[in-house]
Amino acid sequence: MTKKLALKRKGKESEPINKVVASSEASENEEEEEDLLQAVKDPGEDSTDDEGIDQEYHSDSSEELQFESDEEGNYLGRKQSSSAEEDEESSDEDDDGEEESSDEEEVEDEEKDSKLKQSDDKPSSSGAASKKAPTTELSKRDTSKPEYQDSDTSDEEDIRNTVGNIPMHWYDEYKHIGYDWDAKKIIKPPQGDQIDEFLRKIEDPDFWRTVKDPLTGQDVRLTDEDIALIKRIVSGRIPNKDHEEYEPWIEWFTSEVEKMPIKNVPDHKRSFLPSVSEKKRVSRMVHALKMGWMKTTEEVEREKQAKRGPKFYMLWETDTSREHMRRIHDPVSAPKRDLPGHAESYNPPPEYLFDAKETKEWLKLKDEPHKRKLHFMPQKFKSLREVPAYSRYLRERFLRCLDLYLCPRAKRVKLNIDAEYLIPKLPSPRDLQPFPTVESMVYRGHTDLVRSVSVEPKGEYLVSGSDDKTVKIWEIATGRCIRTIETDEVVRCVAWCPNPKLSIIAVATGNRLLLVNPKVGDKVLVKKTDDLLAEAPSQDVIESERIKTAVQWSNAEADEQEKGVRVVITHFKPIRQVTWHGRGDYLATVMPEGANRSALIHQLSKRRSQIPFSKSKGLIQFVLFHPVKPCFFVATQHNIRIYDLVKQELVKKLLTNSKWISGMSIHPKGDNLLVSTYDKKMLWFDLDLSTKPYQTMRLHRNAVRSVAFHLRYPLFASGSDDQAVIVSHGMVYNDLLQNPLIVPLKKLQTHEKRDEFGVLDVNWHPVQPWVFSTGADSTIRLYT
Amino acid sequence: MRRPKKYESGEATQYISRRAALRKLQLSLNDFRRLCILKGVYPREPKHRRRAQKGSSEIKVLYHTKDIRFLLHESIVWTLRDYKIFAKKSNRDRAIKDFRNLKRRLALFPEIKLDHIVKERYPTFIDALKDLDDCLTLLFLFSTFPSLHLIPREQSNLCRRLTIEFLHYVIASKSLRKVFISIKGYYFQAEIKGQKVTWIVPHYYPFKPQSRQEVDFKVMSIFVEFYTIMLGFTNFRLFHGLNLAYPPQFPSSVLQDSEESLKDEASFVSDRIAALNFELLRTDKVQEDEEELDIDMELLEQDGDSKRIIKMKQEAQEVSRLRTLFKGLKFFINREVPREPLVILIRSFGGKVSWDSSIFAGSTYDEGDETITHQIVDRPSITTQYISRDYIQPQWVFDCVNQRQLLPTNKYFIGETLPPHLSPFVDSKRDSYIPPEEKALLDPSLIETHAQSDEDSEDEAEKEEEETVDQELLDAQLQLAYQQETAEYKKYGGPDGVNEDEEDPEDDDEDDDEEEAEEEELDEKSKRLQEEKQKMSVQSGKVHKVNKRQVHKAEVDEHRLQARMVKPRHRNLFRKLIREKQTKEKEEWLLRKKRRTIEASEKEARKTAKREARKEAAAAAAKASKLGK
Repeated sequence: MTKKLALKRKGKESEPINKVVASSEASENEEEEEDLLQAVKDPGEDSTDDEGIDQEYHSDSSEELQFESDEEGNYLGRKQSSSAEEDEESSDEDDDGEEESSDEEEVEDEEKDSKLKQSDDKPSSSGAASKKAPTTELSKRDTSKPEYQDSDTSDEEDIRNTVGNIPMHWYDEYKHIGYDWDAKKIIKPPQGDQIDEFLRKIEDPDFWRTVKDPLTGQDVRLTDEDIALIKRIVSGRIPNKDHEEYEPWIEWFTSEVEKMPIKNVPDHKRSFLPSVSEKKRVSRMVHALKMGWMKTTEEVEREKQAKRGPKFYMLWETDTSREHMRRIHDPVSAPKRDLPGHAESYNPPPEYLFDAKETKEWLKLKDEPHKRKLHFMPQKFKSLREVPAYSRYLRERFLRCLDLYLCPRAKRVKLNIDAEYLIPKLPSPRDLQPFPTVESMVYRGHTDLVRSVSVEPKGEYLVSGSDDKTVKIWEIATGRCIRTIETDEVVRCVAWCPNPKLSIIAVATGNRLLLVNPKVGDKVLVKKTDDLLAEAPSQDVIESERIKTAVQWSNAEADEQEKGVRVVITHFKPIRQVTWHGRGDYLATVMPEGANRSALIHQLSKRRSQIPFSKSKGLIQFVLFHPVKPCFFVATQHNIRIYDLVKQELVKKLLTNSKWISGMSIHPKGDNLLVSTYDKKMLWFDLDLSTKPYQTMRLHRNAVRSVAFHLRYPLFASGSDDQAVIVSHGMVYNDLLQNPLIVPLKKLQTHEKRDEFGVLDVNWHPVQPWVFSTGADSTIRLYT
Repeated sequence: MRRPKKYESGEATQYISRRAALRKLQLSLNDFRRLCILKGVYPREPKHRRRAQKGSSEIKVLYHTKDIRFLLHESIVWTLRDYKIFAKKSNRDRAIKDFRNLKRRLALFPEIKLDHIVKERYPTFIDALKDLDDCLTLLFLFSTFPSLHLIPREQSNLCRRLTIEFLHYVIASKSLRKVFISIKGYYFQAEIKGQKVTWIVPHYYPFKPQSRQEVDFKVMSIFVEFYTIMLGFTNFRLFHGLNLAYPPQFPSSVLQDSEESLKDEASFVSDRIAALNFELLRTDKVQEDEEELDIDMELLEQDGDSKRIIKMKQEAQEVSRLRTLFKGLKFFINREVPREPLVILIRSFGGKVSWDSSIFAGSTYDEGDETITHQIVDRPSITTQYISRDYIQPQWVFDCVNQRQLLPTNKYFIGETLPPHLSPFVDSKRDSYIPPEEKALLDPSLIETHAQSDEDSEDEAEKEEEETVDQELLDAQLQLAYQQETAEYKKYGGPDGVNEDEEDPEDDDEDDDEEEAEEEELDEKSKRLQEEKQKMSVQSGKVHKVNKRQVHKAEVDEHRLQARMVKPRHRNLFRKLIREKQTKEKEEWLLRKKRRTIEASEKEARKTAKREARKEAAAAAAKASKLGK
């Protein structure tokens, strides 16, 4: 290959000279051509590549001619190369294509001419003609140039590019590719783009044997010999095809041992006497081996073998003895893994296998496997041989290893108690009878929610006030409505006077507080009450302006008198609640909107009102008289204040820690207070004990509306928006050291739900363990 | 006096973060991990994390300061540093191709010695036994491993050797108590010196290439490095406790000089040892058979009859029965059955076992032996069967051990559908649901009667069905007969004596009326008397029926109300407990329901199958009768 390239270079190199010569003289031209021939001949001898060379040479000559006709020197090299590749040239250049096709014809003509010429005067320079008469050519060559025949051309190899052995990509950015012998730039042949390349590939049948010369940038077409050579090299054969591999071996030196030695000198003594120094060395080694200083390789190997691997011995002398040594501080042993259950069996009972739903759920929790019910999917195999290796086994062991060295450990007391244990030990409700257990009567008649209920002190009648603007009086035993008193506005609260010698009901409706004589029961009593309320006592005390603007007392109008209303106390704001003092002379009203005048105390006998507080301490929700002492309980939203009415001072403030108080009830003995709140709680205050609740009960599931203590029995009831009335046992002992006993007894849930409201009010029968409840479903129910 | 600064005392100084620990020990994270694994140092959970982390609330890995200080004095820290130096120097030698030096250096590779760590981590032998679970499980896994990049061949060979030795001990001491085939592997539980040791042997073949994120073999390999040492020492002590030679050897009687044994004695012996089928060499030459146990029993008898002692006595009796469970039985293991677990079971309970000599070395008799009582087979059928032996599936052996008695083999015959395999580890307190199979085990009478009644009812149903079928057949025959008769009648008969009896009933009626009239007079008196009597008499009281559902509801309500009285500070705990209880109950309910539906569907299927069979039979009979006609 290199030879060939060099050869080409030579040809090109010679051309400028040719050109010059051609322009001047023909005779010189001849000499030059001889030079050329000489260069050509050498490779011809090496690789017997006659044809290519001849062609090239021939084309050279033709090119010359053509060149003379049209172009300048710079172009020359390229032209020549292209013509050298005769067949492919047409596709190579765009503009010159036509020319060249025409040129080729010319060339052929020229060839003929040149052949003629060559046959005449220069037979050595034959192109295609060499095929016709190679022998003549050779002989000619021999004769013409005998002196070059044995010359080794490798030294004189003609180098057209003088840059030397450098990476040719250094010239990538330049137009030229190097310098020729005259230090002129060798211009790069124009590079066709990829389309050209592709077209050439398609059109040119010799494309596969075309390579680019990196030194000159020219395309070189490989000859058949070149290809044969390459093939031989690739297939791993000896490149030279003339080389004979299986030549007969010529034995230059004989292998046979002669019977008689050629030289007749006897062996030296050294060659058969043992060496003394070696003997000494061996004896030393033997001694070392004997003494055990040195070991044989076998012994060394055995020792190594023995050394390898751990040695075990009796590490612990006894089972339980403990040697004192430094150890890890306060060791916490890792908990053992859970032992498998039935579900992990290879053949579990059928109920442990997942059904479709469970499988789906199990697969769904792929990202959070800790939430899965089981960490594996139970499987059933018909026999042991079908059980495969568990796919996550390695992973599980690895996780256990991680747990052992990476999981933080701490000693924790594991609480192993039953939930029942946390429920306080209370006596059974069966032992705490009597208490209401069943609904025995429903009082129907109201058309809207019943806000309030109150029972006559003797326990025969019942009064209820409702949002349908009526007050109804019922006979408890029969459930008959005896009387209906219509009012102008919604009845917020009714309260039967606790004094059995009076038959008065206080009815809070709108701004007015009506004192009604129900006209039921003992006729003497009714008459007496009527007489009492008939006329106002003489007012000797002048009331202050503050009270006057808040309250006016007046006798009822005639039409109202007929209904039973006797006295009307008109307030300046709507009344929310009314409550009687135990004796039945005083009653208190609450007007939440009344700011600092929201709580009022009225005295019936003197028809006089008082405003106990000059300052408002919050939105007053509920007021209550102490049953025994002259005390007054005022519940604001969050707290309860107890005032001494005689001393006119604050006695105590109870902290409820709740959002909104809804109602209160005081134990008949006066030491315990029950508070209901809208945040589902009931608070039991022991007034002697603390200002904080003794017990907080969350019996209801919704806002608690009202609570009530029974006057005789140790019972209390609560009504809530969850439609339930819960009856509880609330025993207060005379022994001060014993805490009150609170036991929830019975949940009575028969009221219906209306607009989020359930039970609005509860009240006890004064004698019997019966409880009345009013509900948003416009009924009153009696539980006995 | 200087005012103490925050986090200078108390919990903040008790704990040290991992990063600080690394700085203190001057080790890389990898070395530290290795050290922690070998020394058994683990992170601690502080009581107040925030305080322990000096105010930061992110979760860090915290170690006890004393633990880290303890590591500081460890000698293998130096070895770990030597490793680093070794790696540096040997790399240098390799780089400059100084192979002579390299060879010398490789011979001086610093080795870690872990003996003192074993002693230190397990101050008493019992402590070591307590911690044997993880050790055995991991070593049994590693003993099956191929040679891997991070796990050298030697390590897995050592694992194999040690686990085999341990199994020899288990067999020799007969300490195996419970076994279980799970989908993960075989669970074994042995009782060694009063400690329950449980390990898992994975199903073959557990190794699978794993990604680095899934399983890091390096970490496991470090664990194994320690555990091998630990198990080696444990084995040593266990073997000596039984007067067995350690490392295990065979008495000369077992090793006959044959060509095979002489050729490569070491491998021959190790093969036989791995076979687990031979008694090992004893150092004392005296066979003492369970004297110890008898003494125990006597002592217990003296102690009296408190409940615990009775229980212990029962336990001891059961164990003694278990130890001789397979005594006198001769097993043969077919080639498809996993050999090792079964050999352990059979041999540790006194049975004799062998297998095909081509599977594994150490078989003592071949299949043709006539004295074999049981052959363990795990294929649907077998061509040559001996009458003298039972062909059973491997589950039988496991179930027998768990039941501590020899179960009837009929359910486990070759090709039979096996009864469910139950876990012996289930604590009756932990799981409230007990599958019927387990119930049957606890109280065999219960299930039998149940099954009987079931069968009875089925039989009855069958009978009824049979009867109906028979009825149909009879009807058809009667019809035929009747038709024949009528045909005959038409041929020959006249209307003779058909209406004879028609007048009689009327007469009777008249008579009755008269009698009644007479009776009425009498009646009035008697009625009055009766009424009086009735007034005087005590009427039978009506049974007041209590609606059970209502009562139950009332009780539940009551309980609910009481539950609302739980103290506020216990409320969350109470709720949690209740929730747990509820989920448990739900689970139980679900299992029960599933079981019921499964059983119902099975029964239904069985019934339909039977009915169809019978119908076919009936059809065939009908056909036959038709043909006969």
